[in-house]
Amino acid sequence: MKTLRGIHVSHDKATQDCETAAFPLPEKVIIPMSQHMGAPCKALVKKGDTVTVGQKIGDTDAFMSAPIHSSVSGEVVSVEDFLNSNGSVCQAVHIKTDGAQTVCPDIKAPEISDKQSLIAAVRESGLSGLGGAGFPTHIKLNYDAVKTPIDTLVINAAECEPHITSDYRQLIEEPTAVIEGILMVQKYLGIPHCKLCIEANKPKAIELMKEKTASIESIDIVTLPQQYPQGAEKVIVYSATGRIIGEGELPSNQGVMVMNVSTAAFIKKYADTGMPLVSKRITLDGSAMTKNQGNYIVPIGTPIQNLLDYTAAENPQMVLYGGPMMGITLYDTMQPVLKNTNAILAFKEVKLPKTTDCIRCGTCIRTCPLNLMPVSIEAAYKAKDVDALKELKVMLCMNCGCCTYACPAHRNLAETNQLAKGLIPRPAPKK
Amino acid sequence: MKGLIVEPSPHRAAPITTQKVMLQVIIALLPAAIAGCVVFGVKAALVLVTCIASSVIFEALCRKIMKREQTVSDLSAVVTGLLLGMNLTSEIPLWMAVIGSFVAIVITKQLFGGIGQNFANPAIVGRIVMMFSFTSAMSTWAKPYWYKESADVITGATPLASSDGVEYMDLLMGRCGGCIGEVCALGLMIGGLYLIITKIISPVTPLAFIGTVAVMTAVTGGDVVYQLLSGGLMIGAFFMATDYATTPLTSKGKLIFGIGCGLITFVIRNYGNYPEGVSFSILLMNLLTPYIDRLTRTKPLGAKPAVKEAK
Repeated sequence: MKTLRGIHVSHDKATQDCETAAFPLPEKVIIPMSQHMGAPCKALVKKGDTVTVGQKIGDTDAFMSAPIHSSVSGEVVSVEDFLNSNGSVCQAVHIKTDGAQTVCPDIKAPEISDKQSLIAAVRESGLSGLGGAGFPTHIKLNYDAVKTPIDTLVINAAECEPHITSDYRQLIEEPTAVIEGILMVQKYLGIPHCKLCIEANKPKAIELMKEKTASIESIDIVTLPQQYPQGAEKVIVYSATGRIIGEGELPSNQGVMVMNVSTAAFIKKYADTGMPLVSKRITLDGSAMTKNQGNYIVPIGTPIQNLLDYTAAENPQMVLYGGPMMGITLYDTMQPVLKNTNAILAFKEVKLPKTTDCIRCGTCIRTCPLNLMPVSIEAAYKAKDVDALKELKVMLCMNCGCCTYACPAHRNLAETNQLAKGLIPRPAPKK
Repeated sequence: MKGLIVEPSPHRAAPITTQKVMLQVIIALLPAAIAGCVVFGVKAALVLVTCIASSVIFEALCRKIMKREQTVSDLSAVVTGLLLGMNLTSEIPLWMAVIGSFVAIVITKQLFGGIGQNFANPAIVGRIVMMFSFTSAMSTWAKPYWYKESADVITGATPLASSDGVEYMDLLMGRCGGCIGEVCALGLMIGGLYLIITKIISPVTPLAFIGTVAVMTAVTGGDVVYQLLSGGLMIGAFFMATDYATTPLTSKGKLIFGIGCGLITFVIRNYGNYPEGVSFSILLMNLLTPYIDRLTRTKPLGAKPAVKEAK
């Protein structure tokens, strides 16, 4: 298989054999109105309201967004400003749980009979990409089949980040939901081929899925090489189909749709039950956690502190949303579990490497999956040379972090790439 | 909860450091350096020790005077000192070696900003300045294994200058006159191979450099093996033309750099006034490196040519 360059990191998948359990209901949940790419929602509830599980509590008219639902039954104690990990401020609904987990009476399985009803149902479910980036799924499904016909659905089960095993458990525990979700998307969108891509370090999952899809011609199981970042969109599309997503293009420009494996499974489960996205399968792991590490179904909005208490985390110095390569550091453990959270990792005795002067060894160039030149980008960024930054195509950087990881001088090259993007003026929006 | 570390991703780092890279280079230089000491005796060892010690001291003093962070522990000054010493004759007066270290570390490296910032290879500039300043001392060579004989310690010429009765095997094993670190071609090849296997250097530059010299010599009817094994070609191709800071970043750039070095070396050796051209060739190509880098940028995946903005 032709593949792009990358790095080899230790997998540390210690929780891969931990069967998913339900996480104890927290006393309080904090549900931010902005949990993914796109416009934030407006809270539909106010202080004192009673809410039920699955009740819509946030929505917006904006195209690029998805509604938000309550993950618990209880009473709204406040609606206040909340500082997201990405630095933006949005509203958040604080709900005190009553423990009854009364299900919202409006919940019923949606009627799905064609592309439009599937897209409408997926929007109502509040689904956004569960892999991490959190792109609202209904927008991805609503592509223009005339301008950009799609022939291949790439299902991303690479899970190339160390520690995280939640997608792996999805494959092992609910293989049928995954397959039926895929078939639903293929059927209603008219996508003839599907490539379900799993990294080679998950042989059990590969074997299981091969067995389950043996009689299904449209689904191929693809074994990806063990190399980070196989799960990055451009990398997985290249590995699975050999197609290159060009600068400024979406996968649909190359006839491909990429979807996370848990996203596909959720579509099937929502079609069956009508229960919106109110909980997530999450891996709890990391050196600071001393017990109960594993995979849990956690209500969205559960404060991370509850997860740390449950796993008896000792002096955590760094707590991450997601994996060690692309995860976001928490500034406060009262931040909640979000729709696109796939792991919470807590580490103790963190030693940050010391940054020294660049020796121009070129390792960053040799590890970049996209063939960028981080060393030259850094020099151009320091010189504020916008023309050079454009020529070096810094906007293509997907922040996978291979360059920073491999750098002998431990320079924060990936971060510099993101800062450098800010120097390039964006084209004025088309009127 | 207090004191959570907040930093940009990634939150892991490979266990490699600049110091470890430099240590690998030192290890790779050792076979040839030890061979030089065996061939030329304790005098050679003294030259190497003087060069390393003075380089490290100059580096430390520079950083202190310039009030910059101390960088001696990255071992790059040790590499420079060792390389410089290996490029000198064992007969060099030690105070001259110290001046060579001064030129290499203070003038070529630290005045331009320290590690990674120098435009030319410090050891090469040190050697070239010494060649012009102390021409006769720099071309006074000891006979191999002179300490086993009673008289005739000094010989006049290196094999490149006079090829009387030198066998290939002597060149390979270092039984010939020359600089301390240049004589044992076998040791240099072992060290170079080690750096390639450990992925510290790319094989492109040495292959292009040595290959070009070989092809040009063969085309003009010269003695190919003799040209490859004698003089500073092996140490230059494996250890000096692969210096990170002063050579191109990409494989395409390294190829151009290596071929350029090979051509210039061949021309100087055959048509120039100096018997040896490796140092000059690398220095000249060092100067072209920024241009080579600009012309040999990688093509990012899916990149489209820049659209010129209408004005």
